[in-house]
Amino acid sequence: MSSRSQRSVLPGFGLTLGFTIFYLGLIVLVPLSAAFLRTFGMTWSEFVAAVASPRVLASYRVSFGASFAAASVNMGFGFLVAWVLVRYPFPGKRIVDALVDLPFALPTAVAGIALTAVYAKNGWVGQYLEPHGIKVAFSEIGVFVALTFIGLPFVVRTLQPVLEELEPELEEAAATLGAGRWQTISRVIVPQLFPALLTGFALAFARALGEYGSVVFISGNMPMRTEIAPLLIITKLEQYDYRGATAIAVVMLVASFVLLLLINLLQKWSRRYHRV
Amino acid sequence: MKLLKSSSLALLVSLSATWLAPAVSQAASLLNVSYDVAREFYKDVNPAFAQDWKTRTGETVTIQQSHGGSSKQVRSVIDGLAADVVTMNQALDIDALANAGLIPADWSSRLPEHSAPTTSTILFIVRKGNPKGIKDWDDLVRSGVSVVIPNPKTAGNGRYSYLAAWGYALKKNGGDQGKAREFVQKLFANVPVLDTGGRGATTTFAQRAIGDVLLTFESEVTLMLREFGSDNLEVVVPSVSILAENPVVWVDKVVKRKGTEKLAKAYLEFLYTPAVQEIAVKHHLRPRDPALLAKHSDEFKPIPMFTIEEIAGSWSEAQKVHFSDGGLFDQIYERK
Repeated sequence: MSSRSQRSVLPGFGLTLGFTIFYLGLIVLVPLSAAFLRTFGMTWSEFVAAVASPRVLASYRVSFGASFAAASVNMGFGFLVAWVLVRYPFPGKRIVDALVDLPFALPTAVAGIALTAVYAKNGWVGQYLEPHGIKVAFSEIGVFVALTFIGLPFVVRTLQPVLEELEPELEEAAATLGAGRWQTISRVIVPQLFPALLTGFALAFARALGEYGSVVFISGNMPMRTEIAPLLIITKLEQYDYRGATAIAVVMLVASFVLLLLINLLQKWSRRYHRV
Repeated sequence: MKLLKSSSLALLVSLSATWLAPAVSQAASLLNVSYDVAREFYKDVNPAFAQDWKTRTGETVTIQQSHGGSSKQVRSVIDGLAADVVTMNQALDIDALANAGLIPADWSSRLPEHSAPTTSTILFIVRKGNPKGIKDWDDLVRSGVSVVIPNPKTAGNGRYSYLAAWGYALKKNGGDQGKAREFVQKLFANVPVLDTGGRGATTTFAQRAIGDVLLTFESEVTLMLREFGSDNLEVVVPSVSILAENPVVWVDKVVKRKGTEKLAKAYLEFLYTPAVQEIAVKHHLRPRDPALLAKHSDEFKPIPMFTIEEIAGSWSEAQKVHFSDGGLFDQIYERK
């Protein structure tokens, strides 16, 4: 690493940094500070009443719990998908590769309606699940399914370039040195991929937290059970309660920021730990 | 490169200018900001008005429509969308405009019939043959009956359905609020899904096969029978229901600035004319004209109806007591 006091040989640092800060300020910070400012008009007890009523607390549990579960599952299966796409040639690979991006492109309301149609008790999948007592649409599982759907590409697209860089020779070397398949995966491959896996997880998690369009169709929106925090924000807006809505938004923002920061730190730590 | 930049910048500026400055140069244009399912109704009304205005004054007028979820629409107007007229399906949303200082508080007395040229009501829709034997409000709270109602906190449909149930229970029990509370509590214990909008609830009931009965506006009921077939669904008219008024206002602040006050008023007054009342009938909205209503009594069954004012004082009172945070509707779920 080069010392920071040394002038970089690349020209244009001042201009580009200036523009970066201006751009981030305009696109990210200004809207966010508007959200914070709205809540400053509230007294502390109003703020607590808005963000800590039983119903709102229940919605945080649903939002954070389902997002965490969905991002975790995506981390596992997204890894598998990325692995297959990078390591094996097979017919139709390009189509499969393009399919991964669909959740990015599909309007989320469409995804929600489609998923609900499939998992409702008269849907393709739902008709086989409901007789066994597994209710997906209009239940907690539905929230999880929708969030898993929208989160998948984040993990796959983060892992793919890193996997492509990872040379198969490393595995061959591990094998010649007597490592078993499982050892190769757990001691050689996963440590290399861990930072990328975490990034994918963080992206999928953050995306799931903010998701509204698809979830409201499949969750059934039952208070205390399947109501997500973004829905409560909308509910408050419907009552022209701007400050209450932004109060919940601020809590969500701070919580996600802290979580993402933690994930970043974990990533940094894992990078250092595994490189030594 | 520099040229490209400046020209694209100019484009950007001109684009945002057309965006931000609401058609000031065209005097004879109106923007009608309305709720979601009124789209088709106003699509028929607008050319009729343009024609009428042309023959009366010789001026050409263009009317733009904007539709979406009611309170989302009203929020945009409050935040600066230059709507000349706002047409909604509940007074609550119009009151929000008054609270924001865009219109006077006594807006409902400026036009006939509480400024509501059309009305509707809440009816039941059940599966063909009515397998659960649902005839009236009391059947909705029986155990084993599953009722689909959109979320009263986000959907006008849901609010009217909730208040209709509340009003029924009040009237039946001689005004006993405790009994009415018990009734709506039992009713919502039978609701498996709370969709955020009226159309969402329609889909849940008709296409996902959830629920034995759906509560919705009369206008929606007729559309559903046409869309999903009368061999799958049938209508149940309860013994009593709620009067849903569709209020309309011109937005004083906007029309004064744009100089469209006369035009906006004329547009809204036009909604009361026989021609538009006929169009309303075509779109399954109840006309105000009693003769016309009687003429179509096979579609608009005469049912005794109570008003929001009778059962809850006013819309804003109803909102405060029932639907605001911690209100009676929240208590149904939080007490469990």
